[in-house]
Amino acid sequence: MVTNVSSQDTVTALREAVCEAAATRTPLRIRAGGTKDFYGNPTAGSVLDPRCHTGIVAYEPSELVVTACAGTLLTELESALARHGQMLAFEPPHFGDAATLGGCIAAGLAGPRRTAYGPCYGGVRDFVLGARMMDGRGEILTFGGTVMKNVAGYDLARLLVGSLGVLGVILEVSVKVLPQPPVQLTLSFELTQQASLERLNAWAGQPLPLSASMWHAGVLSVRLSGSRAAVADARGRLGGEMMDVSSADAFWMQIREQTHPFFAGAEQLWRVCVPSTMPGLELHGSQMIEWGGALRWLRSSQAAQAIRAVAQAGGGHATLFRGESACEVFTPVSAPLLAVHRRLKAHFDPAGIFNPGRLYPGL
Amino acid sequence: MNRQREMVSALSETLPRHSILWRAEETTPYECDGLMLYRQLPMIVVLPETEAEVAQVLRLCHARGVPVVPRGAGTGLSGGALPLGAGVLLSLAKLNRIIEVDPRARTATVQPGVRNLAISEAAEQYGLCYAPDPSSQIACTIGGNVAENSGGVHCLKYGLTVHNVLRVRGLTMEGDSVEFGSRAPDAPGLDLLATIIGSEGMLAVTTEVTVRLVPRPRLARCIMASFADVGDAGDAVAALIAAGIIPAGLEMLDQAASRLVEPFANAGYDLAAAAVLLCESDGTPEEVDEEIEHMCTVLREARATRIQVSNNEAERQRFWAGRKNAFPAAGRASPAYYCMDGTIPRKRLGEMLRAIQALEGKYGLRCPNVFHAGDGNLHPLILFDDGDPESVARAEAFGAEILERCIQMGGTITGEHGVGVEKLDQMCSQFDTSTRDAFVAVKRAFDPAQLLNPGKVIPTLHRCAEYGRMRVSSGKLAFAELPRY
Repeated sequence: MVTNVSSQDTVTALREAVCEAAATRTPLRIRAGGTKDFYGNPTAGSVLDPRCHTGIVAYEPSELVVTACAGTLLTELESALARHGQMLAFEPPHFGDAATLGGCIAAGLAGPRRTAYGPCYGGVRDFVLGARMMDGRGEILTFGGTVMKNVAGYDLARLLVGSLGVLGVILEVSVKVLPQPPVQLTLSFELTQQASLERLNAWAGQPLPLSASMWHAGVLSVRLSGSRAAVADARGRLGGEMMDVSSADAFWMQIREQTHPFFAGAEQLWRVCVPSTMPGLELHGSQMIEWGGALRWLRSSQAAQAIRAVAQAGGGHATLFRGESACEVFTPVSAPLLAVHRRLKAHFDPAGIFNPGRLYPGL
Repeated sequence: MNRQREMVSALSETLPRHSILWRAEETTPYECDGLMLYRQLPMIVVLPETEAEVAQVLRLCHARGVPVVPRGAGTGLSGGALPLGAGVLLSLAKLNRIIEVDPRARTATVQPGVRNLAISEAAEQYGLCYAPDPSSQIACTIGGNVAENSGGVHCLKYGLTVHNVLRVRGLTMEGDSVEFGSRAPDAPGLDLLATIIGSEGMLAVTTEVTVRLVPRPRLARCIMASFADVGDAGDAVAALIAAGIIPAGLEMLDQAASRLVEPFANAGYDLAAAAVLLCESDGTPEEVDEEIEHMCTVLREARATRIQVSNNEAERQRFWAGRKNAFPAAGRASPAYYCMDGTIPRKRLGEMLRAIQALEGKYGLRCPNVFHAGDGNLHPLILFDDGDPESVARAEAFGAEILERCIQMGGTITGEHGVGVEKLDQMCSQFDTSTRDAFVAVKRAFDPAQLLNPGKVIPTLHRCAEYGRMRVSSGKLAFAELPRY
């Protein structure tokens, strides 16, 4: 199945823009739908819109792979998959109708299904099989491929996931897709935060078809996805109260898209990633827990330093996801790793034009 | 020789004498890995016992400009651990401690020399296991698995090494400690963990690995299906996946492979079938029953001529015994065998099998095939005589042509064994110059002095030019001398 594949002309136009910016050392801000403008450090520069590069290049359901141009709308991609009973298994948040595949890969954000059991687990990077990108010289690089197993050369397709565009312009991505689960249901339990964390970690050690979890304000909700028999068996083992199907779908959509009331308001929103067994964060503010305990959303005006200290003491890290602040958005990396980041940037983007500073200052 | 003496004496200041080998009778066991076509005695072998000793070895070699080749169990099949005559072979085999199994967090933290299977054995008491299970899992180490991004027979459902490793601690060539990934998801910065995994020991030396453990399924059952035509078997694989099924394992043997392993393994394979498909389901008993029934329906519709379902664990193990013994059986049937490792889109499995059959005639060598069919990952086993240089050359040319076909079919030259030294030429075919330049840049970003396992994975510009000329001039791959650097 092929739709509206971008032509050689659009690549040429993109290359001209990149080469001109490189020659004049003019920063470029790679931006498609702009749905994730809020994410990352602020970056200046003239907008480079890769949306001329759009369309599904190849999709064969029996290969479990879809290849699409970066400018393809996520909604368009997901409907094409749904027509064949398949899905993007990392359940990416859109944060707006204009969200594109390229932005999804560059942001690297996964949704509620991130830590599911069995074939469904994983973040964005776990499903990326290959990518084409344009570097700061206007050269097109092709990494990985469209097959499930591929260890030829370094795995640079996954390196683009979460790179926030600092290495180059993503042109095309091949993603592993999965069948939609035949049955899905959501159970709710009235539980404290600590009791929820205990249960989530205990359940994750058993072969249960858990595909999402969320705790907030004394209620734990978990989603089960799988075969009829597996979901029925798990329901019997877990108990709890069952949500009706349409409210459950709307509920998980609210979590994924951050339209749940927890996310409303202007207070800073921190995305704290920790080992799932870490006890409740001892920080001021309200919390929402996802991913079996590994993701803690925190609404708090506490100082960045205090929040990072708690996250790092537990083996995790904290990102200022939304909200104004003078602090660094991302937790800094160690000196030897930063040196590697700088050398990679120097090769892929020698003139330093792509999204300067969006990931880290000087990068 | 002077260089060797000088290095031995320098190393002796930081390592105990028993950890340094340099006499030929001591270093010979390290002259090759699982790819025995390539051999080279290293100048020195070191066997450090602690991370601090590894760091000292690296600092010393870095200061003196001596290249280092890391090695795990030496089971690799692409020559990734092939020593350098003027280099130090760094064995991580003695760093073999399981540091921690945390059943509540479902993680295990281990040193690089711990064997793959030992992790699952340590986790078994908690009902957990480490999912990637390469066929060499009783011997291969987790450090080697990280280097090669190893797979196994369950990776369609449970993923490869890259999906199951959370964190790698390592040392740069300069001896600096670095940590990639973390126990928490989405570690900050670029995803260098994904870059390290499958980097064939060229970017950093792994000293500690934290892996994810998954719950053991309550039950597994296996279907053994026969097909009268290899194309039908390939179509059946596509049909299963199109039906929304992700089998826990999906493996194929062609007739030559079934006939090769049957006398050895007594697995009960249908020797009249052109291809045998092994299709596994795991989960709760009810879930498995439901899925097995669904799988059988799809297989029947896909023209399976015979279907058997394992009724108990012993029978399931028997079905798998043939597949798991394919390599040793090949070793028994022929003086030597050359195991290839390409991946192609699943829908082209039948076409590839027919192409390989045609190549058997062209090169005058037999080539039974076993496939990780669910992943489209082929393991043709070229049988040849390693005592006859002409037979060796034919086997190599045969293998190279299979890899070129993989690229032409939209696949890759290696699914899980790595490039090593074996597939340097085909890297020239699979990747253009700009992309290969990016690989060189990544290598330099981690190892500016280019002393860590140099000469592997990334072909030189000169080599690619020569390979291009050779292919153009003869219209096919010439029989090259061995080895060709």
